[in-house]
Amino acid sequence: MRAAGLESLPLLRRPGTTGAIRAYLRLFTAGFREQATYQMAMFGGLVANVTFGFLKVAMLFATVRAAGGTLQGYDIGTMSAYIWLSQGLLGSINLNGRIDLADRIKTGDVAVDFLRPINIQLATVATESGKAIFALVPRGVPSVAIGALIVGMSAPTTPAPYLLGAASLLIGITVSFSTVYLVAVIGFWLIETRGIQIFYMVISGFFAGLYVPISLFPTWLLAIAEATPFPSMMMYPIDVLTGQVTGVASCGLVCAQLGWLGVTLLAGHLLTVAGRRRLEVQGG
Amino acid sequence: MTDSPRSSPSVPRSDTLPGSHADESHHLPGRFAGYRAVLASRVRSQRSYRSNFAIDLASSALVGLIELAEVWLLFHQVTVLGGLTFQQVLLVFGIADMCNSIADLFVGHCDTLPKYVRAGTLDVFYLRPQPLLLQLMTSDISLRRVTRAGVALASLVIGLSINDIHWSVGTVGLLVLTVFCAAAIFSAMYVWAAGLQFFLIQGAEFTNAFVYGGRYAATQPAAVWSTPLKVLFGFVFPMALSAYVPALRLLGLPGPAGLPTWLAWCTPLAALWIWAFALFMWRLGVRHYQGGGG
Repeated sequence: MRAAGLESLPLLRRPGTTGAIRAYLRLFTAGFREQATYQMAMFGGLVANVTFGFLKVAMLFATVRAAGGTLQGYDIGTMSAYIWLSQGLLGSINLNGRIDLADRIKTGDVAVDFLRPINIQLATVATESGKAIFALVPRGVPSVAIGALIVGMSAPTTPAPYLLGAASLLIGITVSFSTVYLVAVIGFWLIETRGIQIFYMVISGFFAGLYVPISLFPTWLLAIAEATPFPSMMMYPIDVLTGQVTGVASCGLVCAQLGWLGVTLLAGHLLTVAGRRRLEVQGG
Repeated sequence: MTDSPRSSPSVPRSDTLPGSHADESHHLPGRFAGYRAVLASRVRSQRSYRSNFAIDLASSALVGLIELAEVWLLFHQVTVLGGLTFQQVLLVFGIADMCNSIADLFVGHCDTLPKYVRAGTLDVFYLRPQPLLLQLMTSDISLRRVTRAGVALASLVIGLSINDIHWSVGTVGLLVLTVFCAAAIFSAMYVWAAGLQFFLIQGAEFTNAFVYGGRYAATQPAAVWSTPLKVLFGFVFPMALSAYVPALRLLGLPGPAGLPTWLAWCTPLAALWIWAFALFMWRLGVRHYQGGGG
């Protein structure tokens, strides 16, 4: 560290020497460390998912047992599959309503995004969905694996639920971001969208089936849940993947998801076009 | 991250507040005048964005209602769960969520610490001649939690009135003791988590597993837990002792294996233990911190 200042000079003049190699090594180490930090975040998320998973196992298993072994079509095995899949998907589905775009709209930075030759809505949804799908690797798969190994769960034996489930999962993740995008673009009118974001955070998890499967809801509450895009994000993909819903009914769930994807994308597009005219950029 | 516009810009601004206000309000006990001035300014700043504050209050109440609805949904399917009926579990939920909301109101924002560390603004806290933890506690006051505490209080009052409780000096004393100790226990949970943030920085979710997992656990009838959960959330983090066990005692019900109801009188010990742990973790964190550079 003593000679850091001196080393940097020849490094500038003569790239490709040992100094340059050292610099790359340093960058490599820094990058590695940064990645390790995010791994810590991923690990932290996993610990949280698993802890909540065990608490849910305790409550929901007790409920299934108290109901005599089956509860609205769930037995211990399928309830376990629901719990661990829903915990595993937490890192990939946006149930908190937070998205970087909201800040860019508030500060006016979004004006720069409008100058780029890309569609701001599709770019946002695509980027966020990409990040979310990556999170399946460090958070989703281990959550499900831990649940399967320690608690055990039942899984479908035919390929159809897995194939349709994979598609349903991708659509679900995309619907979550096309819906959160709506929260962000409301900022063109409201500027501060934190209240709406919190409102989204409160109701999305509940209606997405994060805490309790929505089939345990009383009829009136189920009707309200089904009138929102939230079950399409998490509950429907889980129902399809675990084989809880099969055949024509599972195709129906995927169609409902596609419907919500279309509705939220269209609404997002219209709000973007209208909001662009409302945008005020402060400062010089 | 939608950081609230009130918290981060106000950090440097608050440098001048404690001193200047302390001079004007010298009739107040000198040591706390600064904190009072800061807290009063936080209250004013939150109420000045009226529509946002209203939305905050409403959504916070909604959080409380939805948490209660989650419990109700399970009891809607079966009448008895973990040895309790829904009427009885209202008491557990009421104590746990009310005390946690109170703790959250005063110290819940301690989990914003990683933001201060990353932005380097924590160094400002070190410069002031006041204990770091007290500064952090008074750096914000999450008034919106009031409505969530209100939902829990309603649940507690209903639970107390519809259940068959044998009222005596003992039961009233136990209830009061429980409420104070539970609020202390939950506050300590936020503090130890904040201490660990100095090491974790990006790994805040690690402590969420226990802080918010514990919050969730505290509202559950602990009889349904497996032994590892009973150890973790019964004793290491005394969540079951903060609401479930005292509620059993109030209701005159027997405790499950490993959680006898005489433990209800041990909540002060549980609070002492978790505060000792919290202050130890906090000290460890503060000593570990080496500044944000710059």
